Amino acid sequence: MLIKIKNISDAKSSEIIQQDFYYNRRKFLTSAASLGFTALLPALSSPAFGAQRPIKNVQKTAWGNNLQPTTFDAVTTYNNFYEFGTSKSDPSKNAHTLKPHPWTIEVSGHADKTGKFSYEDIIKPHQLEERIYRMRCVEGWSMVIPWVGVPLAKIIKRLEPTSKAKYIAFETLLDTQQMPLQKFPILPWPYVEGLRMDEAMHPLTIMAVGVFGSEMPNQNGAPMRLVVPWKYGFKGIKSIVKISFVEKQPPSTWSVSTPQEYGFYSNVNPEVDHPRWSQKRERPITGEGGFSALFAKKIETKMFNGYAEEVAGLYAGMDLKKNF
Amino acid sequence: MAIKRSRPFFKTCVFFTGLIPLGWLAFALWSDTVNATVYMTADPVQKLNRELGDWALIFIIITIAVRPFADLAKKPGLVAYRRMIGLYAFFYALLHVSSYVGIDLQLDLVEFVKDITNRNYILVGMVSLILLVPLAVTSTKGMIKRLGGPRWKRLHFLVYLIAILGALHFFMMTRADFSRPILYAVVILVLLAYRGWAYRQKTRPKKPTAPTTEAA
Repeated sequence: MLIKIKNISDAKSSEIIQQDFYYNRRKFLTSAASLGFTALLPALSSPAFGAQRPIKNVQKTAWGNNLQPTTFDAVTTYNNFYEFGTSKSDPSKNAHTLKPHPWTIEVSGHADKTGKFSYEDIIKPHQLEERIYRMRCVEGWSMVIPWVGVPLAKIIKRLEPTSKAKYIAFETLLDTQQMPLQKFPILPWPYVEGLRMDEAMHPLTIMAVGVFGSEMPNQNGAPMRLVVPWKYGFKGIKSIVKISFVEKQPPSTWSVSTPQEYGFYSNVNPEVDHPRWSQKRERPITGEGGFSALFAKKIETKMFNGYAEEVAGLYAGMDLKKNF
Repeated sequence: MAIKRSRPFFKTCVFFTGLIPLGWLAFALWSDTVNATVYMTADPVQKLNRELGDWALIFIIITIAVRPFADLAKKPGLVAYRRMIGLYAFFYALLHVSSYVGIDLQLDLVEFVKDITNRNYILVGMVSLILLVPLAVTSTKGMIKRLGGPRWKRLHFLVYLIAILGALHFFMMTRADFSRPILYAVVILVLLAYRGWAYRQKTRPKKPTAPTTEAA
């Protein structure tokens, strides 16, 4: 069954591609490129991946099904995950040290169901959905990613938060064995993030467990990570081990580390510059590298990353310059 | 001041060595385009700009390291190649800014002016590039003669300020991992400290060598 909620965020027809094309897109590109010297550079031509197991019974949704996803290679090799290294290519090389199975999540705070849960306890009762979302990084680039996940609202409802729960706080794993860069004070570890309760309950917000129909690769935040498509990418905290329902606005790592540059809300907003660069435009990362990417045209960044129709109401009356 | 003679063979070597980073970047982009490799990441715009900036700073550091290295290796002739290395620093700095304005900003000059006025790290970077211009212009033998040794030397002492500003620019644009900008800054300060020490050694009045004869 297709769940079509709204059209307004959908891409224009020029961006439309056939469904399922992205699964074969890489193969297509490689065969197109094999006229070159690919055979001479076998080890260098494409980074190796641990094969991700496909996820069964994923319900297709209409979210972004007319957007052209970024290639699997780019989504899984161009990552910000400082726990595994500060350059974009580090996480895909180093994240093999993460052990996402088995995985335990501790739920605490103002909720009736608290305590330790397994990954299966949290995820299994729910229908998994595929949602193709735009992802806008605060650094000025963007991707289109087909996530597999569960609406966070469904998970929250089962944990029965009380009326005192005004915010929800998340924490990434803290383990220098599995996340070696946590030995260095690059950021205050563990990575923490938070949402206001209405943001967390919004139907667009998902707990993602996979990409491209397969299990979440470690470098993308296995086994489960937050995806909030109208906020800058760093709000999407990865490899979550703690969820707590709290009364006051919880800290978020980047706003603790550099408060003048990163706020708690971090909604995508072309009108509010990052102090060091403009947020008006973005470089779409399609997966095609080299000269074509070098000279690809930038696109205008949309308010709330193009999801204004769905989420603008959450911030009615708020000064978004002040609450950046 | 005698201008150190460079040997044509070594000069040619330095010339082609300086082109290696550019050649590599061009190859990497070509290979990513034709062979679908990922040398330049999925976002070559940022990667290219960072690499060019990095090489500008590295060539600046090599430039100021030549003299201490020549002293330690007791090969004063090496100083003859310093000007060409310095020109490469200018060359890569120019490419770094060009790639920012031309490729990243896609020639949006209004945005670039806003960057310079609103963003201190870009202002610092531009000041260091502008300070490189008089050094590049006066790097010919003719200009050394025209300026005269001492004046030329004083002018070219600016390279230390440029290096510090370059490292500061890198530090200011860094988000979280400051290890590389700090490493560059430390190397620059050590080289500057060496030059200060060497200068003092040279100008300090010599101690009397002969023992004073005692009065009979």
